[in-house]
Amino acid sequence: MSFAGLDAETLGTVLDTLCPMHLLLDGTGHIRHAGPAMRKLSPGGTPEGMHLSELLDLRRPRASDRMEALLALAGRKLHFALRTPPRTELKGVLVPLPAEAGAAGAEAPAGAVLNLSFGISIVDAVRDFALTSADFAATDLAIEMLYLVEAKSAAMEELRRLNTRLDGARIEALEASVTDKLTGLRNRRALEPVLSRMAETGTDFALMHLDLDHFKHVNDTYGHAAGDAVLQAVASRLTGCTRERDTLIRIGGDEFLLVLPGHSRTETVADLAHRLIREISRPVPFGERLLKVAASVGASLSRDYQPLDPVRMMHDADTALYAAKAAGRGIYRLYTPELGQMGAGGPG
Amino acid sequence: MHGLINQAIERFARGTYGDGFWEGVCRRRNLPVLSFEAMQSYDPEVTEALLDGIADALGKARSEVLEDIGTFLVSSPSTVALRRLLRFGGTGFVDFLLSLDDLPARVRLAVPELELPQMELREHGARSFSFVVRTDGAGKPWFGHVMVGLLRAMADDYGALVVLEHMGASPGREIIAIMLLEASFAEGRAFDLGARAP
Repeated sequence: MSFAGLDAETLGTVLDTLCPMHLLLDGTGHIRHAGPAMRKLSPGGTPEGMHLSELLDLRRPRASDRMEALLALAGRKLHFALRTPPRTELKGVLVPLPAEAGAAGAEAPAGAVLNLSFGISIVDAVRDFALTSADFAATDLAIEMLYLVEAKSAAMEELRRLNTRLDGARIEALEASVTDKLTGLRNRRALEPVLSRMAETGTDFALMHLDLDHFKHVNDTYGHAAGDAVLQAVASRLTGCTRERDTLIRIGGDEFLLVLPGHSRTETVADLAHRLIREISRPVPFGERLLKVAASVGASLSRDYQPLDPVRMMHDADTALYAAKAAGRGIYRLYTPELGQMGAGGPG
Repeated sequence: MHGLINQAIERFARGTYGDGFWEGVCRRRNLPVLSFEAMQSYDPEVTEALLDGIADALGKARSEVLEDIGTFLVSSPSTVALRRLLRFGGTGFVDFLLSLDDLPARVRLAVPELELPQMELREHGARSFSFVVRTDGAGKPWFGHVMVGLLRAMADDYGALVVLEHMGASPGREIIAIMLLEASFAEGRAFDLGARAP
């Protein structure tokens, strides 16, 4: 059994099946034959007759693209790129042919087989050159690789979708965990983060403690539905009188806490408190009835606390509210040390 | 049971019969969820309940529902990614049939947690095959029926004319008979290697 008599044409036919992305070069580096896949990559589809350097740019190792230089790189891993867009990168290996197979004339220099593959650029190349599975050798793992890329993308896409859904659910749950269901205001859990934010950013703020008067009466006389209607109306009036950056918290029952950043003047805080008291005293329509409640308000200002002490501020706003209640209904009191002494010395 | 399987059933039911139908099935069977996550695992009983629930609601045999699901998986636009992955199996229908032995391994490459029953294609002649699905023997047979629907739709996809028949299940295995009448009977659907599933 001998392979010596293999002429270029027969060799080309054999290689077309074994490695569809090959080039058969003659002794001067001109392309004698190209595998079917390599033809698809060539401008015009007929690379035969071109010099290798017109089709491919040898990127690594850096060497002249004359045939002698290429032959010296036989067996080594070569990096090429197509000369024409999309300048796809190719890997290759070159094997010299014995003299008699390369050319008809005995004196002609030997040619070579250059086999090429896409390497990692395969995903784009398949699209750019409309390749089909027939363009790859039956033993080539290219199709499996494409399969894997696509399967992984589909799985990743599914995970991404799951993540988006979970993230949405998480944000919703977080939002719900700090929201008071009945009024849509924040709940008690929102207080601490807001106060820490104020402390961290060193923002002056006013803390207002608001308590409804006559609420128990409404609830007991007209039922819980009426009570709920009042709470919802109060919440919407509080929202109407305050700014986006203010935090309105229903801390329970008929008690509200307002954290009002930027409020450091006693006059503006007093104005706001009186406006709130006025708004809340407007009757709330409930069926045929008009329900009436009032509000008492106590407040403390952060600028009075050096260093800032949110726990004391809360306590003092509470003391001021207590004083307001003691003074009648619909009254506002700002905390002062004198109030504190009254509270401490009073009946409690 | 892997979420992908429950999700396939869900997509089939919603896509073919509508959201109302699907939610009705879930409600009647007291299922905790209405929507399955592909990358999560569920109690196998949930899958059983879904299949029985759909069959009851449609007045069809379970095996018919399973076949319809198999067909849906390949032909519906909502599961085009799966069709593409299957088409990587071969350039013609016979090639594709021969690639089925590798299907569980291919599936494992894509989704390592998804375990499919072992399967084997037997060649009885150039046009006659049988496809054997090994089952664990414990649960009711299901995969073979899905494969009947799926193979029928894939034959269509390749433009081949085939006769498929589920030959029944014996303990541990299901057998499908496949007769290839015409390998290229009609123009198949195009498969562009470089196209990306949406």
